[in-house]
Amino acid sequence: MFKLEKRPQASRSFAYLTPLLAILATMVAGGLLFMALGKNPFEAIRTIFWDPLFGEFASFSRPDLLVKGGPLILIAIGLSLGFRAGIWNIGAEGQYIVGALCGAGVGLAFYPLDAWYIFPLMIVAGGLGGWAWAMIPALLKVRFQTNEILVSLMLVYVAEKLLAAMSLGLLRNPDGHGFPGSRNFKDYETAFNGELISNTGMHWGVAMAFIAVIFAYILLNRHMLGFSIRLTGEAPRAAKFASVNPTRVILFCLGTSGALAGMAGLFEVSGPAGQISIDFNSGYGFTAIIVAFLGRLHPVGILFAGLLMALTYIGGELAQLTLGLPAAAIQLFQGMLLFFLLAADLLTNYRIKRVKKEAV
Amino acid sequence: MDLSAINPALLLASLLVAATPILLAGIGELVVERAGVLNLGVEGMMITGAICGFMATILTGSPALGFVFAAMGGAALSLLFALLTQYALANQVASGLALTLFGLGLSSLLGQDYVGLKPPSTPQLDIPLLSDIPVLGTVLFNHDMVVYFGIALVVAVWATLKYSRLGLILRAVGENHDAAHALGYKVVRIRVFAIMFGGACAGLGGAYISLVRVPQWTEGMTAGAGWIALALVVFASWKPWRVLLGAWLFGGINVLQLNLQAAGVAIPVEYLTMSPYIITILVLVIMSADKSRAPASLGRIFHASS
Repeated sequence: MFKLEKRPQASRSFAYLTPLLAILATMVAGGLLFMALGKNPFEAIRTIFWDPLFGEFASFSRPDLLVKGGPLILIAIGLSLGFRAGIWNIGAEGQYIVGALCGAGVGLAFYPLDAWYIFPLMIVAGGLGGWAWAMIPALLKVRFQTNEILVSLMLVYVAEKLLAAMSLGLLRNPDGHGFPGSRNFKDYETAFNGELISNTGMHWGVAMAFIAVIFAYILLNRHMLGFSIRLTGEAPRAAKFASVNPTRVILFCLGTSGALAGMAGLFEVSGPAGQISIDFNSGYGFTAIIVAFLGRLHPVGILFAGLLMALTYIGGELAQLTLGLPAAAIQLFQGMLLFFLLAADLLTNYRIKRVKKEAV
Repeated sequence: MDLSAINPALLLASLLVAATPILLAGIGELVVERAGVLNLGVEGMMITGAICGFMATILTGSPALGFVFAAMGGAALSLLFALLTQYALANQVASGLALTLFGLGLSSLLGQDYVGLKPPSTPQLDIPLLSDIPVLGTVLFNHDMVVYFGIALVVAVWATLKYSRLGLILRAVGENHDAAHALGYKVVRIRVFAIMFGGACAGLGGAYISLVRVPQWTEGMTAGAGWIALALVVFASWKPWRVLLGAWLFGGINVLQLNLQAAGVAIPVEYLTMSPYIITILVLVIMSADKSRAPASLGRIFHASS
């Protein structure tokens, strides 16, 4: 018989070990899944995790690591602040879309002007757009105690409809022969978020993600507000006694995560995606939730988790091409990772103890 | 624009049909939450039910069997959530999200070869005489079994919660799991069954979308219905009857906006299709003033430490 015993304090070593355990378990379970789909599991796992980095065509896929990892990290950093305080913004996808719409809208409004201030303005507009979209659940939560999970999620669907409306209407390319979608930023040099160093995938969004990691680290470890956030999540009663202002924490966490998601959207739409189109968003807002948890809500952890998740995206695409692995299998694979991670977390907070059956 | 093209009787009849998926999922989630568990994976369980039901119907040719498999699929997926939250003591919010992400992936993997197929239609329950009453017959007595099953389920859940011993135990577990444990009730076991009941209901609701409402399979076809069902439980202040009322309200809004689209109102389609989500938010805001009705142990982790 085994029994669970709550640890007096969360185990530090297991906190670092569980993500690795979860990745291993996902590889095993994923391998079984790929086998069930009639693929060689070892080849599939190698294609996903190894080939994009060191395989034959790695020089093409390696830059993608930053291109795909950048937005994931940027969004997940914002989300992790809220998650730490027990504030669940799961509508990052919506904030990402609205940020992209606002930022791209500002950029396109200047077309074809060539000026240095356009791109910075777009970033600001993107951040503000995402911030404003996140402020809806934040203000409703502060004012009416409305559940932020449901509101932020509902706003994802609203944002998706708004995106469709915009790419068919206001932001449609006037020279696009009636096709849906905006002008392509690749044809508008000033507003284009291109690679900073060629063939690295490094663009402004990735730089921003790195800056966000550093700022989040400083905030959480060296700043009063970061302490308030952690206290609110870990010991709400203590937070109350320490007179932490819950309104401030809610507004800050949701606002920041919204702004970061919005910027991520802008960087994506003005760079890798190139244009506003009905389905330019690729679910980064949801995958970022997995990234945040996989990174243990820690800025540095999120950095690695984001890169790993980007790897599964790239490897997944590669496996689709070379092995014919369905795209949905990769999505399932990513979902599994979160499952195993949450399950493995048990070991952080509890220890498994052997107990002898006592005679009654 | 031609509003006269909207037939009120048909509108009410399709309201009942549109309300059924969220009604089923909502009443299931209500039981789960009354047991003190917050399962945010409704969307994932619904879409899994949708594809399980669809596949079973295509393979066996019987919609009835399809619904049975949908319920089983939803319950099986919810078992994962039960394992995570009840045995691995994981955070319920995160586990529910994981369940949704997982369910969406699983369903699109299962459904790859089923895109574009058409399932055999679910038979209408034609009640002689009753179905022929002019307006009332169209509105009330011209539906398939599942519509009535959904309403019957609400009645059954209400009666069980209010009058039976089982209902009392379930509520005790949801209100104060430590006290229920002290009284000797198996908190974890009761919660696992409640979660599976919720999963089965969500599965049925999903299958109703893929077999009757649409009826075909497309990826992500539940389009937030599971989240609306979650909002429905809050709207209902955890009372079964109000789930029914809320489901009809949401169903009505959905049908109305579809009818307005068809009638060619001057509002672009994209803005009309936003309306169910925006109204959900508005309703949440209005209802969230009254938090007193939420089960007291909702979302809290139970661990019988000695």
